[in-house]
Amino acid sequence: MGFTLAVGTFLQHLINGLTLGAIYGLIAIGYTMVYGIIRMINFAHGEIYMIGAFIAVTTFTLLLGAGVTSVPLALVIVLAISCTFTAAYGWTIERVAYRPLRTAPKLAPFISAIGMSILLQNFVMLTQGARSKSLPPVMTGGVTLWHDGDFSLGLTNIQMFIILLTVALMAGFTLVINRTALGRAQRACEQDRTMAALLGINVDRTISLTFVLGAGLAAVAGVMVTLYYGVIDFYIGFLAGMKAFTAAVLGGIGSLPGAMLGGLLIGLIEAFFSGYVSSAYKDVAAFSILILVLVVRPSGLLGRPDIEKV
Amino acid sequence: MAGPLLQLSDVHASYGPVHALRGVNVTVNEGEIVTLIGANGAGKSTLLMTICGNPKPAQGQILFQDKSLVGMPPHLIARQGIAQVPEGRRIFPRMTVLENLQLGATLADPAHFAEDLAICYGLFPILEKRQAQRAGTLSGGEQQMLAISRALMSRPRMLLLDEPSLGLAPLIIRQIFQVIEQLNRERGMTILLVEQNAYHALKLAHRAYVLASGEVVLTGSGRELLANEQVRAAYLEGGAH
Repeated sequence: MGFTLAVGTFLQHLINGLTLGAIYGLIAIGYTMVYGIIRMINFAHGEIYMIGAFIAVTTFTLLLGAGVTSVPLALVIVLAISCTFTAAYGWTIERVAYRPLRTAPKLAPFISAIGMSILLQNFVMLTQGARSKSLPPVMTGGVTLWHDGDFSLGLTNIQMFIILLTVALMAGFTLVINRTALGRAQRACEQDRTMAALLGINVDRTISLTFVLGAGLAAVAGVMVTLYYGVIDFYIGFLAGMKAFTAAVLGGIGSLPGAMLGGLLIGLIEAFFSGYVSSAYKDVAAFSILILVLVVRPSGLLGRPDIEKV
Repeated sequence: MAGPLLQLSDVHASYGPVHALRGVNVTVNEGEIVTLIGANGAGKSTLLMTICGNPKPAQGQILFQDKSLVGMPPHLIARQGIAQVPEGRRIFPRMTVLENLQLGATLADPAHFAEDLAICYGLFPILEKRQAQRAGTLSGGEQQMLAISRALMSRPRMLLLDEPSLGLAPLIIRQIFQVIEQLNRERGMTILLVEQNAYHALKLAHRAYVLASGEVVLTGSGRELLANEQVRAAYLEGGAH
């Protein structure tokens, strides 16, 4: 019995870790894609996720007030609205804060990104208040996979929703990048922007679309976190952004599968460390693993050493 | 022959801090092969890049089909029907040969894709064999073939070629020059060719310009320049074949 209990606990941590990892992975894609195309860390990306979460809370509250009781319908509406608004944020941020600095020394857009992050945090704090916002549970229930005495291994509907939607989005996204004209244009801009323009590719538009797509995924993560925890505040973008950035670096910044893998690993490390060691130090664990991996593989797990150019 | 397809008048441009073009006048007529020769640093590559809008000319006029290209962003200049095979080929190394060609067809009507692909594979059969391979793994000659094919996939009105023979084996150089000549003869492709391999390039050209320190110092038919004493002394002696 002791053994089965241990297995059960392990599986429960695994489920929790996968859920967290899915959220980190979705945010990490935005970091990695933007880095891939303009070699810049968009430090305001965590704020996009936070704004996605705020839009989710507001929209859910409005829908509940309007008497919408169908959970799937509410979810679709919330996802659509949140993605649309954050996509507009992503587009605008690139336009006003990064594009004018495209040819400036690297430090300038970096500072601009940090400034944008502070600006967005304070903007949300001023307009939405500094206190945390909560949402009554929208999605409840779940399945008990297995139970033994007091212990039961559960998978909630929210967790199922998060994991399945993430898998679907990541599969769809991989397809877009590898198989469509937009994805090809994006990879071309990553490898040689000047040449891409000579072929008639609108480089500015491709970069804008990269920000829009990354912001959309971050918004989905924001909606997920709203559902999962039910409480958000204007500061959640910082830590989540840091973790997702860590995930992107861990997987190899610039690599799409790397971001997904990195997100998953950070989520699992956090869940297992909280479960078996200490939940107070879970962040330390995640960042320590990052340092260890970078010592051995500076370009990340799936990253490519940055020495092309023949 | 029709009027000039491309006309550069008094074009000045800088490449970084270097004032690389100092009032260049060059004309290319429809259906011609025009060659630009000149020493390293004479401004040949800058000239081709300036036509494509990167860098933008600091002064002067560039007309293509009587339309000014000055101030137009590169991707819109490409849309006018100008394709470049740039210095160093600049293929996308981490994409397959086929993906490189698909990117070349960005501006083309998708209905032409299969036909244009067959034309390129007809010119360079090796590319068909390598189609699923990463372009970065190709040999230098194959990469040059890919770069030319990629440019052709957009069905350009005019092709700009920057040193297509650079660093290649003599046999491959011959093949590349044969294709250039064939494109011009059979398809009437207008070509502006930059070369250090002056002997081959002048033999191929209807007309040619000699560029030195950002200025045109000599112009004439390919044959005239091949016979010219100064040209022979500066660009041909010891360097022929």
